[in-house]
Amino acid sequence: MTYTSKGSAAPPGQGAPTALAVPPQAARPAPPAASGPPEAGPPRRTAFMEGVDELRASATTEPGRLRIIGAALALLVVAFGAVTAWQMSDRSAAADDVLHSSQPLSAAAADVYRALADANTAASSGFLAGGQETPASRTRYEKDIRDAADGLAGAATASDPGSSSARTIAELNKLLPEYKGLVERARANNRQGYPLGGAYLRYANQKMQEEMLPRAERLYKNENRRLSDDYDSAVVYPWAAIGLGVLTLGTLVWAQRRNYHRTNRVLNRGLVAASAASTVVLLWLVVGHAVARSELLASYNDGVVSVNVLNDARIASLKARGNENLTLVSRGAETTESGDDKFDSDFKGDMKELSTSLAKAEDIADDSSGERPVKAATGNMKVWLERHQEAREADNDGDYQAALSKVIGSEDDKPTWECFDSVVKNLEKALGHEQNEFKLAASSGRDALSGLPVGAALLAVLGASGAVLGIGRRLSEYR
Amino acid sequence: MSAARRLKASLKGWGGVGAMGVACALTATFALLPLRDAPLDGAATGGQGMSRGMYANADDCEDADAWKQSLGPSSDEGGKTVAAIKKRGYLVVGVDQNSYRWGYRDPNSESDSADLEGFDIDLAHRIADEIVGGDPKDNIRFKAVPTNQRIPAIQNGQVDMVVRTMTISCKRLKDVAFSAPYFTTGQQVLAPKSSTIDGYDGSLAKKRICTATGSTAWERLDADKESGDLVSSADISTTVPNQLDCLVRLQLGEVDAVVTDGALAASQAAQDPTVALKGKPFTTEYYGVAMKKDAEDLVRRVNQVLEDYRDSGWQQSYDKWLAPTLGKDPAKSRPPTPDYR
Repeated sequence: MTYTSKGSAAPPGQGAPTALAVPPQAARPAPPAASGPPEAGPPRRTAFMEGVDELRASATTEPGRLRIIGAALALLVVAFGAVTAWQMSDRSAAADDVLHSSQPLSAAAADVYRALADANTAASSGFLAGGQETPASRTRYEKDIRDAADGLAGAATASDPGSSSARTIAELNKLLPEYKGLVERARANNRQGYPLGGAYLRYANQKMQEEMLPRAERLYKNENRRLSDDYDSAVVYPWAAIGLGVLTLGTLVWAQRRNYHRTNRVLNRGLVAASAASTVVLLWLVVGHAVARSELLASYNDGVVSVNVLNDARIASLKARGNENLTLVSRGAETTESGDDKFDSDFKGDMKELSTSLAKAEDIADDSSGERPVKAATGNMKVWLERHQEAREADNDGDYQAALSKVIGSEDDKPTWECFDSVVKNLEKALGHEQNEFKLAASSGRDALSGLPVGAALLAVLGASGAVLGIGRRLSEYR
Repeated sequence: MSAARRLKASLKGWGGVGAMGVACALTATFALLPLRDAPLDGAATGGQGMSRGMYANADDCEDADAWKQSLGPSSDEGGKTVAAIKKRGYLVVGVDQNSYRWGYRDPNSESDSADLEGFDIDLAHRIADEIVGGDPKDNIRFKAVPTNQRIPAIQNGQVDMVVRTMTISCKRLKDVAFSAPYFTTGQQVLAPKSSTIDGYDGSLAKKRICTATGSTAWERLDADKESGDLVSSADISTTVPNQLDCLVRLQLGEVDAVVTDGALAASQAAQDPTVALKGKPFTTEYYGVAMKKDAEDLVRRVNQVLEDYRDSGWQQSYDKWLAPTLGKDPAKSRPPTPDYR
């Protein structure tokens, strides 16, 4: 204050010389107010400058100082409460989004992805069964298409207009009927016994694998990014609130110490109440956030990460099954550059992906009920690979019928569809478990924050009133 | 100085040619030795006589005459390849499963075995019946062979022979042996009946043409576009993995015409009554049965089967599978009278 007055005291105010006599500590609360004047500019005396002068004048007397201290304390406590309420309601909203918006949306996007891949698999299974596909495979295909359309509609509602997700959804909405048209043409030609049906199915598959699934994956990744953004804003430390809380408590201690030195009275009830309220808010803030943070992080590491890996595995198994079917549909019509069958070579790639994802899922599974289905799926996958090998050998030896039975035949043939179904069923069990883990941890994380914003605001009002009353009590001694 | 260098260079050149000539002569000698009583004096007298033998064998091969390279027929079954097949009890044939009316599997077939059927399949059965004999249902195993795997499958012994709309060409003769031709075809244009396209001509201007990736059809179109035999405004950028995929693109309106073997174009037309073959074939090609290059006894034996098949069998199979789309008169499809090497 002493040196700021030198700079800003261009107008000769009577406060300037006297200000030198003011004990330094009395001036401490003033800086926030004093930082304004330079902007006001010296040429004209404003109402603000007059207010500053008045403040300066009042700071020369003890009641004046007390008034300033009281106002500052009340302001600090209220500011602390307000910042706490604001920062924590931000985090609480983010945690709520994780639980009720971004994670369900990410799961919905994953479901669109799954439905599309599953539709493609069901279409090829039905096709392999000949002109008369089974009701089961037709129902499954139709349901998948419906699921995908519903999922896209849901995702469209949740996406921001003009965003990358919205564009991707629009593209998928355009591709879905195109795909369905190709599958219907494939069916019609297959019913007539024309190999052209197989060519249509390969074209439909190409559209799915090269245009639709990558977009569905992009949508899924976008939603996952949104989810992890929500996580980030929920777990980031509320440094402003914590800092302000420490400053408030420090100032309250200083005010009480000053009070003690001036009056020899140990306790000022108002100030003690304000300190107690501030301490409770600060503790609640730190502990509540720490608990929420650890629960949310756990829900991410144990839930979301596992769910993502399991989703990857599920998609890989669906793609593998589709390619296994198409190997028999295409019958060598398409080959890779090295001369292998295109679809069999894709199948091998998908199975490798499945095996990697399953190993990863088993690795990060944190309890036996999460691990069991994953282990079972790994076992199913191994049997699948063996049976697939038998089917390929039969097909390569010219025994198409045996190969067909090995892939879509009845249970006596020990077909690969059994293994595929088991893989999917086990993965779904694991997914359900991890989804549950996520929900439990995320909701207890969110619950740890519930009431904090309102509580902080109420306690801050209480604390501020305490400070004002406490100072007011001292002030009344001067009347 | 410069004259000396020129002489040296030309000597060097002749030296290279001479060495190559000797190498060719030796190869030719070994290649021809078992086939005929190779006059050994050819090797002794040097380049001239032997290199003519070489030309006749491969380098001077003209695609138009490639079908004349097969060996004379013989019903002798003592050769080691034929004997091995007879001992095994069945013939392994590489076929197509996707060529309607040629080699394909009817998904609605009532029979449990979902048998393959078509013109190629009939011929394969005939060959198996005559060489192996026995139960016609058990003397043959079919293997689905993709187009680009036909030659490797023969070379590494996965199949005894390939009967799969395979054109006899000089390039292929370097890797495999062919039987005498069993079918005559040529590249042809396929387009919707209502289209203004009327053949391989100016009516293809500004039209999008579909071909199979790496097919002879595409090579021909590309070369013709370069030389001006095909209108430059024709768009030949659409290529697909399999010729049948062209019909998909045609039906979806993504292309205006398809160019492929007339025989396969006919198989496409058989699956869609709204498209038709347009104009005449603009090349002449012959389908042959491909076998391992050193399996001479088998080639001769198959040629003997074909001799008989041309007289009885060919016509019935044509009538059954191909007459509906290629026309009742088989004259333009009938193979030429063989001209053996």
